Amino acid sequence: MKELVVISGKGGTGKTSVTASFAVLAESAIVADCDVDAADLHLVLEPEEVKREEFYSGKLASIDNDACSGCGLCAEYCRFEAIKETPQGRYVIDPNNCEGCGVCVQFCPSQAIRFENRLCGEWMLSKTRRGDMAHAKLGVAAENSGKLVSTVRKNAQKLATENGVSLIIIDGPPGIGCPVIASLTGASKVLVVTEPTVSGAHDMKRVLKLARHFEISAAVCVNKWDLNADMTAAIEQTAQELGATLAGRVRYDTSVTKAQIQRKAVVETESPAAEDIRILWKNIVADI
Amino acid sequence: MLRDTGYKPGEDRFMKIAIASGKGGTGKTTLSVNIAQALDSPVVLLDCDVEEPNSRLFLDPKLIGEEVVNTLIPKVDPDKCNGCGACGRFCQFNAIVTFGTKPLVFSEMCHGCGGCARLCPQGAITEVENRIGLISEFSSGNIRLFQGCIDVGVAMAPPLIRALKQKIPEDGLVILDAPPGTTCPVVATLGEVDYVVLVTEPTPFGLNDLTLAVDMVRELGLPFGVIVNRVGVGDDRVQRYCERENISVLLEIPNDRAVAEAYSRGESIVESVPGYKELFAGIMDSIMADYKGGHK
Repeated sequence: MKELVVISGKGGTGKTSVTASFAVLAESAIVADCDVDAADLHLVLEPEEVKREEFYSGKLASIDNDACSGCGLCAEYCRFEAIKETPQGRYVIDPNNCEGCGVCVQFCPSQAIRFENRLCGEWMLSKTRRGDMAHAKLGVAAENSGKLVSTVRKNAQKLATENGVSLIIIDGPPGIGCPVIASLTGASKVLVVTEPTVSGAHDMKRVLKLARHFEISAAVCVNKWDLNADMTAAIEQTAQELGATLAGRVRYDTSVTKAQIQRKAVVETESPAAEDIRILWKNIVADI
Repeated sequence: MLRDTGYKPGEDRFMKIAIASGKGGTGKTTLSVNIAQALDSPVVLLDCDVEEPNSRLFLDPKLIGEEVVNTLIPKVDPDKCNGCGACGRFCQFNAIVTFGTKPLVFSEMCHGCGGCARLCPQGAITEVENRIGLISEFSSGNIRLFQGCIDVGVAMAPPLIRALKQKIPEDGLVILDAPPGTTCPVVATLGEVDYVVLVTEPTPFGLNDLTLAVDMVRELGLPFGVIVNRVGVGDDRVQRYCERENISVLLEIPNDRAVAEAYSRGESIVESVPGYKELFAGIMDSIMADYKGGHK
């Protein structure tokens, strides 16, 4: 089973548009949306849900006001600025800052702190017009996006095994932190979609270093390459110096947004960008 | 060249404004940098997108200083440890693990809570510094820029963001360039800011991610307004949503290839594209009007 992960470092470079097109072009593939805190792939692939489950991960502390003696030890020990004193001289935990470490629970002399499983979101299994899809929705301002990403990947692997599918296409999150690391560890190939801007160049470098750190072979595609042809050439050179292969270029094309509005993948419309993405896909498939 | 925007920081002694968005690539950094440059008064800019910090690229600033940021991780003294396993049973993150023997530490899993060191009955665990990234201070015209940059391979951004926010001065105007998304790094950035600007695009992806970001700022109880960038590339679904939800649209920025090209080269829009300095200078007034009008 192969896993292709589409990432970018910088946000908004076209990961989801490329992934949706790949899902359409692949003869047989499972699609996984691992950008769990700003998932958009469903807006194009229009999945019909088959299964949905709540996702619990980690713990959340909360103080029982009646049992609290107001000693303040919890606030003193908490390293995450999650415990605040109330005007009544009691203490309250801000769930947005609580990382669920359990220090306050362990050391509260009055044993006044509850420690409960934390609902972080939900995951879904769906059918789309182009095969099965694993995706998820992280709760509002929730923690543990990395664990939810791992769950989505496991779900996709299970779908692939059950259906005898040998390829998983993963729409990854932006950045280089925990959800990105969870998206790419152990994957077969990373495709970095970038753009010819100073930010795109800078962020691609960091994400390629991350791929190298986890020893995953990487390919690069410059999207909207004709906005700055010199920058594109410089980016491609840097990419090769960092050990990545060049998988293709996609032109700046207003039909990409038009396709999104029609809930279509770019390659489901006739346009110059669609042609470029078809070539990109051929190169990726040959290389994975 | 500094410009008079009519915004006087003396009127509002202290104001922290975060520029955020659910979706990446909508223009957070462009807005943060250009709003700061359009001001006539000193401003502190915090680049809180520590995974991919980009504000510096558009300012060509002078480096003032650098500071390594560490978290604390446990270190076990094998002579004192009796292998009781209390540390491993306590750790919620599997960062210290015992297999019936002396514990192993996995620093990349450690949140730095300090619990294992505090509870070890033998006093065998101390905490040592573990580098996660760098904070750099820069200066450019009226802007003091503090940038957080996480080391490649480090998973957890919030400790670096919290360290970066320690740089916020007691007084004056602060602009925070937030990371994309709606999860812990964004929540760490938005803690205790006064106002949030959500930047989006008039597209289906832009709207979907805006609604997630709106849910987040409402959950955090922060006042906010929306800027629609690249108006013309999509349709009016974002504006209709904002009207329906009674959300202030602070500004609509037209889609303009000249802006995209200047951005591509790393140039400031207010300095290189005619007509934009007035546009960006006006944003601060819109923010102040919305902040005072709707939320005081």
